[in-house]
Amino acid sequence: MEGGERTGPRIREGDCAVLKRGDVFKAVPVLRRRKIIFEKQWFYLDNAIGHIYGTTFEVTSGGNLQLKEVVEETTTETKEAGADNRNIVDDGKSQKLTHDDIKALKDKGIKGQEIVQQLIENSTTFRDKTEFAQDKYIKKKKKKYEAVITIVKPSTRILSTMYYAREPGKINHLRYDTLAQMLTLGNIRAGNKMIVMETCAGLVLGAVMERMGGYGSIIQMYPGGGPVRAATSCFGFPKPFFDNLHEFPLSKMGSLLSGTFSTETLPSEPEDNTLVEEESNGLTGKKQPSLQETEEDSTTETAMEINETEEQETMDINAEDVEFKDIKEKENKGNVREKKQWERRKKLIEAAALLREKNADGLIVASKFHPTPLLLTLLEFVAPSRPFVVYCLYKEPLLECYTKLRERGGVINLKLSETWLRNYQVLPDRSHPKLTMSGGGGYLLSGITVVLDEGKSDTSNLEALKMEEPSSKRCKIQDLHC
Amino acid sequence: MSFVEYGDTIKNGDTAIVFLGHESMFPVKVQHGNVTQTKYGVIRHSTDLIGKKYGSRVTCSKGGWVYILHPTPELWTMNLPHRTQILYSTDISMITMMLELKPGSIVCESGTGSGSLSHALIRTVAPTGHLYTVEFHQQRAEKAREEFREHGVEHLVTVTNQDVCKNGFGVSNVADAVFLDIPSPWEAIGHAKSALKAEGGRICSFSPCIEQVQRTCLAMEEYGFTEINTLEILLRVYNVRTISLQIPDLGKAAEDNSSTSFDCSNPSNQGISCVNLQQGTVQFKSGVPLREMVGHTGYLTFATKS
Repeated sequence: MEGGERTGPRIREGDCAVLKRGDVFKAVPVLRRRKIIFEKQWFYLDNAIGHIYGTTFEVTSGGNLQLKEVVEETTTETKEAGADNRNIVDDGKSQKLTHDDIKALKDKGIKGQEIVQQLIENSTTFRDKTEFAQDKYIKKKKKKYEAVITIVKPSTRILSTMYYAREPGKINHLRYDTLAQMLTLGNIRAGNKMIVMETCAGLVLGAVMERMGGYGSIIQMYPGGGPVRAATSCFGFPKPFFDNLHEFPLSKMGSLLSGTFSTETLPSEPEDNTLVEEESNGLTGKKQPSLQETEEDSTTETAMEINETEEQETMDINAEDVEFKDIKEKENKGNVREKKQWERRKKLIEAAALLREKNADGLIVASKFHPTPLLLTLLEFVAPSRPFVVYCLYKEPLLECYTKLRERGGVINLKLSETWLRNYQVLPDRSHPKLTMSGGGGYLLSGITVVLDEGKSDTSNLEALKMEEPSSKRCKIQDLHC
Repeated sequence: MSFVEYGDTIKNGDTAIVFLGHESMFPVKVQHGNVTQTKYGVIRHSTDLIGKKYGSRVTCSKGGWVYILHPTPELWTMNLPHRTQILYSTDISMITMMLELKPGSIVCESGTGSGSLSHALIRTVAPTGHLYTVEFHQQRAEKAREEFREHGVEHLVTVTNQDVCKNGFGVSNVADAVFLDIPSPWEAIGHAKSALKAEGGRICSFSPCIEQVQRTCLAMEEYGFTEINTLEILLRVYNVRTISLQIPDLGKAAEDNSSTSFDCSNPSNQGISCVNLQQGTVQFKSGVPLREMVGHTGYLTFATKS
């Protein structure tokens, strides 16, 4: 397949692209003359620019990418194979090529395919293996020696899989199928007005934005000084998508609910940092003053090189702020800062106004915080007959949340659930579930809002009873309704 | 109301969901003058429904009450009239994400069946995408068309009555994704490939039997699909219950301090369990799994057209 025939979005400088090798993904910024490490290989992306996403490349000895030619698999003539492994002894001596021999082949620039062929020919036990075992052997060697990389366009599917595999801690161990459930249960779609509260590096926000397609609006609640949107920038959304993305600090929730909200008491320091962070969320990568080569050490590999550079930029610019106290510069900076603060206040007031309407079409919560206070507060801003979904890595906080929601009333169809995911190997005569599977992907509590009954007392108890699943008669003595 | 957009108040002609209590609900077509019978009494559409806010509580003639909910594809899936076995939201969620569907996507689906997945797909690709759905059963195809019309989404979907294995989806080189839920999906892989856009399109096949999956994976490979991956996803639901367990009578030991280790004043026990020494019970909150759960729906196989 020649590059010219195919159509589709092309890899451009400044994009966030995802490198894929087998099941391993890594997100990287597409920049010229920038060394990338991926799967123990060093290379530059320059040659990939202009190609279509989905193109597969090989890494040359020079560290450049070149198109992988599609080689027709040589039709296997009935190869010599054994019936079983009763006579195969694993003494570690069946491969005649030594480490040095293989290294020499690699240094000579011999292609991976050829190396695999050499390994097969120099294996004394290969022809005794069963056909299946031979297949498995070849696959394994190919995986190791054929340095084939595909560059794919980021999407929720790819980024959520990548984060779960590489940096689950950053996303509260939210497994990708759990995220998929949230998006559907929450009826995330174009035109909604969503409230999102997440501490998953912006992955959940990005997923919501993708499903909204730029239509509707999102108010992101955030803890501390500002929202983290490292993963969001990876999606490569067009700029208009961000026009209706608002943010609002959790620390102002109390005042908003009590009607005492004002923008005067905002601290200025964190504002500056956040501003810079938000500005540098765009992946231009061109204004990077002191960018060192991102040396990666194998033990602390970070998935997001972009994340690192952003932090770098933030730190560098702040350092400059402090060092150069030229009066004129200070003046200029003062004006710029003032203007930015004013912009910030304006946006905050807008977000507050949107929230005050109390007509959001849904609520998504996926954070490291205890879900109960978040839900009880944020549900106030959701219209009746709208879905909400809360994710928690642990079950127990959701048990409490469930109970508190029942007490509060105004919610129905509460459901506490988790999903069980299993991958399969499907091959002729060799189909079975894969060897390992994820032990847990977190829990979800979902429900639908209804008009909140102001007069609680009796009616809410009746309601709770009605909404409860009937308990079996056998357990009636011990069970109590929550 | 619309299945692709929220409305605030119930209008004549809407499809609304009547919620009676735990897992008890049904859809209703709102019509002036109509009445709906429930176990709590009668609901008169003109007075009780039309003009009311979605999410409101409605008192029925016998005094009991219900909630009226805005329809969503998920609620529809739980309440639609089955003409065939349907896909539930657990599988639908995975399919939607793995096929990378979003507003503007063009999707092809076969078979339409009872329209469970169809409604979810339409919701996701709205307002600028489109669903091409193929159903070989004439009455089912017609019923689907009728439902899409009633639900105000007919502009987003095209129902074709033909055999996808023989005649394909009716479109070529445009689809972002193709979904197959048919007895012999391997026979439709070729048609799926031609319906898909030139590069990067995604395909999904849903089959209950592993033998079907094997044949389908082989066909996908033969047609040059990459990233072939099979998985299954199951839902586990928990009931939130406060449980009381009795403390067994172990009699009195020689030393008196060997009684129950569940000391209420022990900080590690507070908030989690509570001892009721009079009744001899310990109470705690638990997420109790259901007695039975769905153990299998089907295998989902995904791949990319390259």
